[in-house]
Amino acid sequence: MMELLQTLHQAGLGLFGPLWLTVWTLVKIVAIVAPLMVGVAYLTLAERKVIGYMQVRIGPNRVGPYGLLQPIADGLKLVFKEIIIPTGSNKFLFVIAPIMALMPALAAWAVIPFDVGMSAANVNAGLLYVLAMTSLGVYGVIIAGWASNSKYAFLGALRSAAQIVSYEIAMGFALVCVLMVSQSMNLGDIVRGQQGGAGLFGWYFIPLFPMFLVYLIAGVAETNRAPFDVAEGESEIVAGFHVEYSGMAFALFFLAEYANMILIAALTSTMFLGGWLPPFNMAPFTWVPGLFWLLAKMSFVLFLFLWFRATFPRYRYDQLMRLGWKVFIPLTLVWVVVVGAWMQTRYWLW
Amino acid sequence: MNFVMSDLVPVLPEIFVLAMTCVILIADLLIRQSGRLATYMLVQLTLLGCSLILVGTHENRVIYAFHNMFVDDLMSDVLKLLTCLALSMMLAYSRLYLTARGLFTGEFMVLVLFAMLGMMVMISANHFVTLYLGLELLSLSLYTLVAMQRDSATAIEAAMKYFVLGALASSLLLYGMSMLYGATGTLELGALTQAIQSGAADRNLQIFGLVFVVCGLAFKLGVVPFHMWVPDVYQGAPTAITMLIGSAPKLAAFAFVTRILVEGLQPLMPHWSAMLVILAIASIVLGNVTAIAQTNIKRMLAYSTISHMGFLLLGILSGSIEGYGASMFYAVVYALMSLGAFGMIMLLSRADGFEADTINDFKGLSRRSPWFAFIMLLLMFSMAGVPPTVGFYAKFSVFSAAVNSGHIPLVAIAVLFSLIGAFFYLRIVKLMYFDAPESHAAISIQPDTGILISFNGLAVLLLGILPGKLMAVCAVSAQQSLLLH
Amino acid sequence: MLMSFETIVFYLFAALSVFAALRVITARNPVHAALFLVLAFCSMAGIWMLLEAEFLAITLVLVYVGAVMVLFLFVVMMLDISLVQLRAGFWRLVLFGAALAGLMAFEMIWVLGSSRTSTGRVAIKHAADYSNTKELGRLMYTDYVYPFEIAAVILLVAMVAAIALTFRRRKDAKSQGVPEQVAVRKADRLRLVKMPPENRARQGLDSTEEVAR
Repeated sequence: MMELLQTLHQAGLGLFGPLWLTVWTLVKIVAIVAPLMVGVAYLTLAERKVIGYMQVRIGPNRVGPYGLLQPIADGLKLVFKEIIIPTGSNKFLFVIAPIMALMPALAAWAVIPFDVGMSAANVNAGLLYVLAMTSLGVYGVIIAGWASNSKYAFLGALRSAAQIVSYEIAMGFALVCVLMVSQSMNLGDIVRGQQGGAGLFGWYFIPLFPMFLVYLIAGVAETNRAPFDVAEGESEIVAGFHVEYSGMAFALFFLAEYANMILIAALTSTMFLGGWLPPFNMAPFTWVPGLFWLLAKMSFVLFLFLWFRATFPRYRYDQLMRLGWKVFIPLTLVWVVVVGAWMQTRYWLW
Repeated sequence: MNFVMSDLVPVLPEIFVLAMTCVILIADLLIRQSGRLATYMLVQLTLLGCSLILVGTHENRVIYAFHNMFVDDLMSDVLKLLTCLALSMMLAYSRLYLTARGLFTGEFMVLVLFAMLGMMVMISANHFVTLYLGLELLSLSLYTLVAMQRDSATAIEAAMKYFVLGALASSLLLYGMSMLYGATGTLELGALTQAIQSGAADRNLQIFGLVFVVCGLAFKLGVVPFHMWVPDVYQGAPTAITMLIGSAPKLAAFAFVTRILVEGLQPLMPHWSAMLVILAIASIVLGNVTAIAQTNIKRMLAYSTISHMGFLLLGILSGSIEGYGASMFYAVVYALMSLGAFGMIMLLSRADGFEADTINDFKGLSRRSPWFAFIMLLLMFSMAGVPPTVGFYAKFSVFSAAVNSGHIPLVAIAVLFSLIGAFFYLRIVKLMYFDAPESHAAISIQPDTGILISFNGLAVLLLGILPGKLMAVCAVSAQQSLLLH
Repeated sequence: MLMSFETIVFYLFAALSVFAALRVITARNPVHAALFLVLAFCSMAGIWMLLEAEFLAITLVLVYVGAVMVLFLFVVMMLDISLVQLRAGFWRLVLFGAALAGLMAFEMIWVLGSSRTSTGRVAIKHAADYSNTKELGRLMYTDYVYPFEIAAVILLVAMVAAIALTFRRRKDAKSQGVPEQVAVRKADRLRLVKMPPENRARQGLDSTEEVAR
């Protein structure tokens, strides 16, 4: 695989000369975004199927075999629908909001390592970059809520803004623990830090188990997924920030939400579940390429997301804030100190 | 690039104050008492402990720590000790006054301690970064303290003015500092002097930076033409907070100004000295003249502060060790007088919300309480500079320093206007002794504050008769700290 | 002379940030102004990135754009700001302001134009594995540990101040005691009662009435 890429790189360099860097980057971007979009499409199907089975229903099964063409049908339907811009709304911001939501969700993928040396950009401060990008996603929601000129949308935007800002702190502290343990902010180095003879016992979710949970839950909250989907809150504020959106504009919000979910899954796998590393350092496991392991771990985390949605009722807003500020932030702060102290002892094995 | 444990010894007082502040912050939550007496005692113990550590760790040499960001010398030790004393007195004066107004809370005391920490950082800073951070720590605490009385429109207005103008001053100061950094490539005061002396740095840029720094300092000192916030803040804030703003921070401000101008920018002395001349004259003239027209005593004392800051600058602008020592003496004396004067206002205020803040409230005080009228007389004499009080000696020493460095016309104007200024101080004395009281309500004074203010008033007299010791300490500190380069 | 790629990017970001900064003060709608401020921050982050200060660039985005401006927007969106009121007295002050700005600009040009600044010097490029973040961290906890700690204290003061100034414990306010709610067990709320089965036929009319209701 790597040799193939190398020869491709060399050939391209000969063909395009100095422009090759641009072309190569574009190729990398397409190579990440295209499968991601397919992943998003089939994640929606998986969600409906999984939740369906959990609720003893069948889920979509009309379009194509086992309903496999359902997402494509949904997509086509949305493309052909009219985008309605409400009167009294701010047109420019109304249109730009879905783009603002999707853009950071895609941009953060630049630093995710898929296998040894396989990432679009090898950034030293990759962890910070990811944190910065995920924090930008909130602008799409806020702008959408404000530009719609609708009370429900505005309420959703305000809820979302407060929620994301609160959970970002806990998320940041959880990542501080990871970077303390791995002593690096490069995501590739973080995965390599989890390498070792012990297989899955070397992954960071064991010493940082509380942080793993905090990160996962904060991730659910950051992506506005159930049970933290108060920004949408169908039963209270109809559909929250995207109540006025239709057609492709709505679809972009949808894409952003699912792309963010997959991103959180990828980050959780990278930072706590050993990324591309196999669970056991033994023969049959090491034959499988790293990309497969990463995808398997991501699928597991995504399954958790769906499972949560099928299981838990929506949090009440004040409970949500309480969980963020009064439980997670103190917990993460304490754990930063615990890990710091633990790392100074000889009982630190990672 | 390393971190040395021995650096921690000179900063021990700061560490102690910070640790105790955090302890008090949490302990206050657990104290169920309504009067906050336990918290108050803890704060007083902290101040006492800090003073003891200051005395205990004192060494008769200049110690630099944290890569020359921190300096521990005689001047810093003396000023920190006096800051502790001033704050302790301020808390003792204001306890009952604030309790009656529901402001004597844990937050109040914690913020006072944070302000104290800011002053300590300012006093022993040797680097633009620490100077600025200390100033911000102090200012932020003071803005909050002024705004603490949230239901009073005047307090909120005062806090807003203080905050906006203070932020402006900070930005001017930072702008100037960044200019100086651009010209010399260093933020450390000692290195700055060397860089300027070497002549390699751009002179225009230095002067430009200096102008901004001086403007920022003038804002913080509250001298004309950067004095607009002073009267409103002094009048609007609760009297206890006004007392806090008017006392200990002036000591820190003195250290701040001399560290920047004398330690850091000594080679630019002719330039800043000329700027300070303008500021000093304007403050002395405007402060003394405007104070005459005031009927609110807090506002009057604000204008008096403006003029006193002008007098304080006289010593610094003379550019001699004698002048710096005289200015330091002036700052200490001013803090003492200010504590007494505001203490007297609080003493006459009553628990039912009555504020003795107009000059008419002092009418006939001698008939209601001859002893406290006498103490007030001493304080007013001292502020006016009437011998044998210490105010006279303080003014005399800055005047003689300025004369010795050739600023004779400046001193002539200053003397003239201090005579004009004597009018409004003596008017208070006249009201107390020769007018009939407006109310005959008995003055209820707690024994502790009564004794304290008596000491405060008598200290003004005693130091005036025997100023030698304090003057010598100030002179030696100035010698040790400011003659290094 | 052909500009290098980096120079072009620099001018792009510089122009963008100047434009955004101008729009911040000229935009009629305060929400637009806040969003332009976000744009200005982002383009400044881009310039810092060009200077190889990646930590500062990312932190600017993370802290200012991701958190501070969100809260700022939060407030601005809920305020009803009257622009007419804000613009009152604008023309009265514009001459004075313009004169002051002109003076400032003149002084800046005079000082910076005549100065021996470091034009023409080229900064040394760092190696690829140079970690800006690590170096900053090392410096912050050694040379600058004292100011760093004071900065932390300032933040603590800001927190104490914010709470002291805004927190009012109202006596008549009703709130939920969440810890008590969480501590509730099933046994506190639910009582299982064993009942003998009823003979529905015998009750007849009553139960159908119940159902109909």
